[in-house]
Amino acid sequence: MSSFPKNAKVVVIGAGIVGNCMVYHLAKLGWNNMVLLDKGPLPNPGGSTGHASNFLFTVDHSKEMTLLTLDSVKQYKELGVFTQSGGIEVARTPERMEELRRRMTSSKSWGIESFLLSPKEVKQLAPFVNEEIILGGFHTPSVGVVDSLRAGTLMREYCMEKDVLTISSNTEVLDMVVKDGAISQVVTSRGTIDTEFAIICCGVWSPRIAKMAGANIPLTPAVHQMISVGPLSLFENTVGEIEYPIVRDMDTFCYERQNGSEMEVGSYAHRPILHEPDDIPSIEESSLSPTELPFTEEDFDPQLEQALELMPELLGEEQAGIRYAINGLLSLTPDGFPLLGETVEVKNLWSAAAVWIKEGPGIGRMVAEWMTNGYSEIDPHHSDISRFYDYAKSKTHINARTSEAFNKTYGIVHPREQWSSNRNIRISPFYFRQKELGAVFFETAGWERPQWYESNQGLLEEYGDRVNKRPHEWDARWWSPIINAEHLVLRERVAMVDLTAFAIFDISGPGALDYIQHMTVNQMNVKVGNAVYTPLLTPDGGFKADLTIMRTGEQSFRIVTGGGDGGRDKKWFIDHLPKDNSVHFMDCTSSLCTIGVWGPLARKMVQSVTEDDLSNEAFRFGTAKEIRIGGMKIWALRISYVGELGWELYVSTDQGLKLWDTLWEAGQNYGIVPAGIGVYGTTGRIEKGYRLMGAELESEYNPIEAGLARRKVKKADFIGKQAYMKARKEDPTAILCTLSVDDHTSSSGIKRFMQGNEPILNLDGKGLVDGEGRRSYVTTAGASPSTGKYLLMAYLPVEYAKPGTKLLVYYMAESYPVTVEIAGSKPYFDPDDSRIKS
Amino acid sequence: MNILVCIKRVPSPGTRIVLSEDKQEIVTKNLGFTISPHEECAIEEAIRVKEKFGGTVTVLTLGGSLASEQLRYAMAMGADEAILLQTDGKEWDPMATSNAISDAVKSKDFDLLLFGNESADYGGYQVAIRVAYALNHHCLTGVKSIEIDEGQITAGREAFGGMEIFKIPLPAVVSLKEGINLPRYPSLPGRMRAKRKQIEIIEPIKLPGGIETKQFVSPPELGSHVEILGHGVEAVPKLLSIIKELGFIHK
Repeated sequence: MSSFPKNAKVVVIGAGIVGNCMVYHLAKLGWNNMVLLDKGPLPNPGGSTGHASNFLFTVDHSKEMTLLTLDSVKQYKELGVFTQSGGIEVARTPERMEELRRRMTSSKSWGIESFLLSPKEVKQLAPFVNEEIILGGFHTPSVGVVDSLRAGTLMREYCMEKDVLTISSNTEVLDMVVKDGAISQVVTSRGTIDTEFAIICCGVWSPRIAKMAGANIPLTPAVHQMISVGPLSLFENTVGEIEYPIVRDMDTFCYERQNGSEMEVGSYAHRPILHEPDDIPSIEESSLSPTELPFTEEDFDPQLEQALELMPELLGEEQAGIRYAINGLLSLTPDGFPLLGETVEVKNLWSAAAVWIKEGPGIGRMVAEWMTNGYSEIDPHHSDISRFYDYAKSKTHINARTSEAFNKTYGIVHPREQWSSNRNIRISPFYFRQKELGAVFFETAGWERPQWYESNQGLLEEYGDRVNKRPHEWDARWWSPIINAEHLVLRERVAMVDLTAFAIFDISGPGALDYIQHMTVNQMNVKVGNAVYTPLLTPDGGFKADLTIMRTGEQSFRIVTGGGDGGRDKKWFIDHLPKDNSVHFMDCTSSLCTIGVWGPLARKMVQSVTEDDLSNEAFRFGTAKEIRIGGMKIWALRISYVGELGWELYVSTDQGLKLWDTLWEAGQNYGIVPAGIGVYGTTGRIEKGYRLMGAELESEYNPIEAGLARRKVKKADFIGKQAYMKARKEDPTAILCTLSVDDHTSSSGIKRFMQGNEPILNLDGKGLVDGEGRRSYVTTAGASPSTGKYLLMAYLPVEYAKPGTKLLVYYMAESYPVTVEIAGSKPYFDPDDSRIKS
Repeated sequence: MNILVCIKRVPSPGTRIVLSEDKQEIVTKNLGFTISPHEECAIEEAIRVKEKFGGTVTVLTLGGSLASEQLRYAMAMGADEAILLQTDGKEWDPMATSNAISDAVKSKDFDLLLFGNESADYGGYQVAIRVAYALNHHCLTGVKSIEIDEGQITAGREAFGGMEIFKIPLPAVVSLKEGINLPRYPSLPGRMRAKRKQIEIIEPIKLPGGIETKQFVSPPELGSHVEILGHGVEAVPKLLSIIKELGFIHK
């Protein structure tokens, strides 16, 4: 037996699908001296990979997850372990049929071939289905099954051939040693390894291993029940593993998947059954494997009946038995997305956890690229582990959200749907005032933010037809026409918006200017008091963040970014702090609260409560200064994400309520209303063409394509500069455009309103793809109440990115005519920005 | 032909059995429960006899309320009725168990009472014999084949490399051994039927006396031992001698 390694470049812990994919892709990128550990035996060490149902449905509403799945399918095919079977999601209810139409939208957006089927057509493909109880199906021919254990073996063999990997099975990790904030040793039952990097790919055990290093991987092991029934006479002559399409019985949250002569029935319908990583039995103590726990029959009984209903003859065969039944463990996270990237707590300790078989190889490639280059081809925005704030890593939060999420696995989840569990984690000082005003709260980054205010109901009458209604329940879900009315008040009088969810970082020290210059695209060597909106780029010139930075002193800056991005941005800033301590970083998020006051009357109104001069000459757009309101020291920033005259007013949290009351009282003479994030985040923003990180801005696109490149480039070097300079010289292949919907009328005569992520088609009904293979889809959709139009933002191939071009948008399996209004970042409303600068 | 099958709910452990701190019980927190394998074969045998001759199959167990899971499993396989001699779930020794069973079934007219040869956990080997004695029935143990013909049962058991064949009249008590058949898995419709069936619950009285468990002791774990016999053709002679040693070939 070879001796156990004493040192390594990287120790990969866990030899399930993820660990194998990690070493494979790191090897491809030139890494060597790697060690792969697992406490179990190979090829099946006993984690979730070993009992996975191993099927891949390619269509998901999330672009990121779909791209990862498509990449995984490609890789599984290259390894020769993929069997295409096709997959059908069947609907038993009209609501589900609508969801299947929505899936058609997503499949077209991401370029996957799918079809809607009648019950009869479902029966033709899957003859065992009782077509009388279904209304239709959604068929994706590219769905298939894989041999994930074989894939793992092949990947390890690749590394062995390259002589870059030592594999040690039956080796348990006992401790993780951290030195100077970075991982330095992995202590195992067979010896200690000095290492530069470690990756936790331990599935349901990941939190336990992370904890040894003082890091946090917020997931919980949870039960997914599965049985296998057979032998079935219909499958008697099946050659190989699968002959019939996999059926997802979406309304009962179950799937039926052929496996040789048997049918596997899996369920996400039972009560959430959560476990603790430390309570999972050892390999020796388990009768099957540690993640195949004893089956609890009573939880599965209702699903048995439903499965029998859908496949009465097949599953009703008296000769066929339930040959295998488990409570299989899998990993659930508070928001359903994987946990990828370097842990926030420990340098060089990476997480690759909460990954399904269908994304494993794609994620292996993504994380390997990220570790090697500092960025990846597919944007890890939604999976980046640093998205979670501290509160979200608590057991209370994880268990609450995963319990709520479990039954949504096959659920119909509206894109704006809000969580109901563990709310009110972070509230602004204005919260109780807002509650009195009937605020409907949406959550972001744990903050409760009013989306709109029911107290503004009366405005609907005031504005009449200028406020559009949404006649279809789906389009109007988690939405209110009041948002559009609040918007109109903001454009005609004045409105106040709670912006406390902003993440605020103060930077100071002798190295502050150089540091900020290095981080940002735009010129930061500006006069003290000036504010600059700027993108932050990845090393290859894609978007990492976009935010506003104020120069608060010769050696100090204030960074303001969205709450949802705060966690990721904070890590990015901290990771790049100079080692010489010349820059001090302070997170001021909780010490400040913010109210935005905007509208043509904003100046008069705020002026009425301050002695400081707010005239245009004294307080220019894009500047910040301290003023006094009611004796309080206010940091006022004249800027606007809704393109309107006004200020963001920052005050220390303890004085927040007084600021709210002061402004509210003063505003009564000016017809002020509170406006929610519905205005701030969508209607106000979209008609001004302002971009949003995670929607328009992602690492796949650069500032030139997004229309955010400035005329001049600063001299100072910055992250991504080389790529940015190169992109500036080339002609972009796509341009971010603003489109308007010409006709909302569907075939049934109901006006429909797109929600985002819909594909843009040419007039022949073909999806648009740019020169780099990127598909055009709606990044944001929303009303422009000021103009009466409904607007969409989308990157279009340059040949289509011309005002006046007629195109189609595909929504719920129907096409609607649209017109390109703007190519680039010119606002659709108030194109000269006269309001904001008035 | 009315057949009674007596079964026991037993934990389904891994290779390591964990004992409680006071060594009074096995820790079953992470374990599933099953029916002793000999008894699963007894259920299968009973169903086969019923399929051939008609009649009913009744399963019986003594245990806590959770033991109804095993009764339902047996009914999902094809048993018709079930009786639970419901206790607080603590282990009853063979004497107490057999007393309870005899009391419960003496008034019922079973032609054949099938048991497993011994339970998978405690392995007392006694309950079948004690019940036979109490009911004054003929009894055979360790049986690996049965045939029924005109009021009598022909049963065989392994002995000295061959089979001993016995004929005894019915009613009779027979304890079976794993290998007599390959038990079926319950079908989906079987599981649904079983779910809807009633279980007769009897609360037995535990008589004093019998065996008392003092504590459990885990035997020292045997580490796995790997010996490489050789590579390629050179390994064949050694391999052959081991196969012979194991009795798979005799020449």
